[in-house]
Amino acid sequence: MKTEALSRGIVLEKKKSEWRSYELVGFWALRLTLVLVLLILGVIVFDIVSKGAGVINWEFLTQPPRVGMTEGGIFPAIVGTFYVTMITIAFAVPLGVGAAIYLNEYAVQGKFTRLVRMSVRNLAGVPSIVFGLFGMAIFVKIFGFGPSLIAAGFTLGLLTLPVTVTASEEALRTVPKAYREGSFALGATRWQVVRTVVLPRAIPGILTGTILGLARAAGETAPILATGAAFFLPHLPDSIRSQFMALPYHLFIMSTQHHAISQVRPIAYGTALVLLALVCLLNLAAVLLRKRYRDRVAKGL
Amino acid sequence: MKMMQTNSNVTLEETRVQEDPKPESTKLETDVENEYCEVKVENLNFFYGSVQALFNVTIKVQEKGVAALIGPSGCGKSTFLRVLNRMNDLIPGTRLEGKVSIHGENIYTPNTDVVNLRKKVGMVFQHPNPFPKSIFDNIAYGPRIDGLKDKIMLSEIVETSLQGAALWNEVKDRLNEPALALSGGQQQRLCIARALAVKPRILLMDEPTSAIDPIATQKIEDLIRDLCANYTIIIVTHNMQQAARISDHTGFFLQGEMVEWGKTSSLFTNPEDQRTEDYITGRFG
Amino acid sequence: MVSITEKAMRAIFIFCGLAIILFLVGILYILLSNSMPGLIELGLGPFFAADRWNPGAYGEPTYSLLNMIYGTLKVTLGALIFAVPVGVSAAAYLAEIASPWEREFFKPIVEVLAGVPSVVLGFFGLVVLAPLIARVFNLNSGLTAFNGAILVGIMALPTIITLAEDAITAVPKEYRHASLALGGTRWQTIWKITIPAAFSGITASAMLGMGRAIGETMTVLMVTGNMVARPESFLDSVRTLSAGIAIDIGDVVFNSTHFHALFVAGLLLFLITFAVNLLADILIQRKPEVSK
Repeated sequence: MKTEALSRGIVLEKKKSEWRSYELVGFWALRLTLVLVLLILGVIVFDIVSKGAGVINWEFLTQPPRVGMTEGGIFPAIVGTFYVTMITIAFAVPLGVGAAIYLNEYAVQGKFTRLVRMSVRNLAGVPSIVFGLFGMAIFVKIFGFGPSLIAAGFTLGLLTLPVTVTASEEALRTVPKAYREGSFALGATRWQVVRTVVLPRAIPGILTGTILGLARAAGETAPILATGAAFFLPHLPDSIRSQFMALPYHLFIMSTQHHAISQVRPIAYGTALVLLALVCLLNLAAVLLRKRYRDRVAKGL
Repeated sequence: MKMMQTNSNVTLEETRVQEDPKPESTKLETDVENEYCEVKVENLNFFYGSVQALFNVTIKVQEKGVAALIGPSGCGKSTFLRVLNRMNDLIPGTRLEGKVSIHGENIYTPNTDVVNLRKKVGMVFQHPNPFPKSIFDNIAYGPRIDGLKDKIMLSEIVETSLQGAALWNEVKDRLNEPALALSGGQQQRLCIARALAVKPRILLMDEPTSAIDPIATQKIEDLIRDLCANYTIIIVTHNMQQAARISDHTGFFLQGEMVEWGKTSSLFTNPEDQRTEDYITGRFG
Repeated sequence: MVSITEKAMRAIFIFCGLAIILFLVGILYILLSNSMPGLIELGLGPFFAADRWNPGAYGEPTYSLLNMIYGTLKVTLGALIFAVPVGVSAAAYLAEIASPWEREFFKPIVEVLAGVPSVVLGFFGLVVLAPLIARVFNLNSGLTAFNGAILVGIMALPTIITLAEDAITAVPKEYRHASLALGGTRWQTIWKITIPAAFSGITASAMLGMGRAIGETMTVLMVTGNMVARPESFLDSVRTLSAGIAIDIGDVVFNSTHFHALFVAGLLLFLITFAVNLLADILIQRKPEVSK
């Protein structure tokens, strides 16, 4: 009797340890999926850094392409990307922050706000090439901007709008209700509450969203294919109605459209590295900023 | 000191008059037949959506002095307090029936200027909620949103308000430090000073000492007794002894009803309603 | 004066909210109004006919989107076969097993991967992955649906990981505690309790990943070879709907039949992704609850 119970206990014990080793294998299998993600990123970054780093020097960053784009640098593409993302931000940030303020501070939560939020989420899911079609039809043709910085900037602005709205809303939500109540109780109007108490607290979060939007816009190609990006331009853009060269489009051309593809491969690698570094740095900045900001919120300061 | 206070009173009064777009217009709403009363609530019913929180509350609060509202938690006393400066407007789906007048004016008319109402009826919250700004900027917040920019006048208001809240001596050398660096009790007195800076006539206090320690509570109770010479104070408290110590009148709320309202001395020693007696003798709640 | 500012600001913010709805409706309107002339001229039939997309042909231009739809399906399904299991497993690990240190380490990596521009990923696929695939399968060119599927899967991974992790984290603790208290192991709890409870959220993450895969343009444009013939196997070159639009968008003649046909393709792409996202949205709203 006693021994039977004891042996059953031993069997259970054995089962348990068996389970534990199964579990260990399982956990490792799951962990490997993340290692795979790391590996993928590592291989991509390693390939581009190792083959692109040799190309990058001062001349590459500050000179225009020469000799049918087989020599020289990518300066006009860097400038073009800078200009177009500035227009993107000028378009997307005020609208995005405004919409977030409406959703979080003004609106009575109901059907209309649900509709706005649903639109934000669906806008985020619209394929980038569809934004390209839309931008071509409305900004290039109907508004008559022609292929230009402003047409491309607005198109990219629409594409980044969901990023800025979502980030701004998150930032506004972290502002404690007590601040708003305190301000209202002192006789502040709603706009005064927003301007003096809510927005100052939400600025770092909004900035994070802006940088994320910037990174997104800087890397996009499909929306600018037909709205203003140019194969090659002898001059830098001199107005918002000018066409422009852009880093992602330049990379696309140098890797698929150029007449001497293998000859310009190093330039393509250099362009890819500059673009990747730019986007990663922006994302990193946003992540760090958000982390600092969340820590501060967690501490209740 | 006294001089300065009078001075700033005058200047602030002037700015107030200039800022106020329609100081007299709302007077039209006044019910002439009714006697003048600081706060007068008649047959108030209040709803959160379909849930009724207040039932047929009627109350008259006279000028100056302290009125305390007591009752078990969830009895509607805080809701009632927030009716008086229309803070409940900020909660979607609330609805109100009955009449609420302050200084003889119905405050629930379509023409009521809620912003002006809240300047006249200040509020202090359960948890101290200074803004994440400097001590100075916290006090100057109200006058500034009123459009006051003059630095000297702002400094005067900050000083008199902090003195009014018995905080001046503790913070006068560090007005530019963040308000959140103060202790809990100091923060609460800062919030009182912040409310005083807007020159209200009525101060609503929603359990102002429930989140702070006994010594700081003592200071705030002393302060309330000082303030009630110049302000009408309506305080919600879960602490019966506190109500007995500091108030002139007391109202007892139970399940959304105002069970009894009267002089504090008589309500605590000689309650008329059995439920009041049960509560103050500790039989429930 | 105060009240004018107040009213103006309110109006501005309402306008901003309204603008977002208008943009979405505007996109639909532009797609419809520009594809209508094409649909009226040709009818719906030619877009789904058995021939191929060849709008530039002399005499008899053809506009069939069918092969491109096949191409999109092939790349998307291939991507999901790879990305869903990997993504959900990674999410389960992050949400349930990872130590705080591991989360701090892996989450930024997922975010960085999400930030890699599609054109960079396309470039990598073109110069590294395609030659590798050509060598392994002994093909003339590695620019195939297979190549596209892998890269689009990589693009969809961060979306799936992030959203599936959110869904798993949202499962109430009570479920887990109940299972563990009954003597279930953590492994059993994860697969028998937590993941089934988060099922609708995980499905939603897969659908949103699918939405990204369907709409992904530059990567597939660069790595799948873009042949308009009907793909027979995963190792054939394909052209997807999005890549098809991107190829022609640069030099299409304004208001030509070709132009309108591109918008028909765009409309189709929009409607598919819209439906997928809407479905995901509905699934996300269905969160597990604890009865009280």
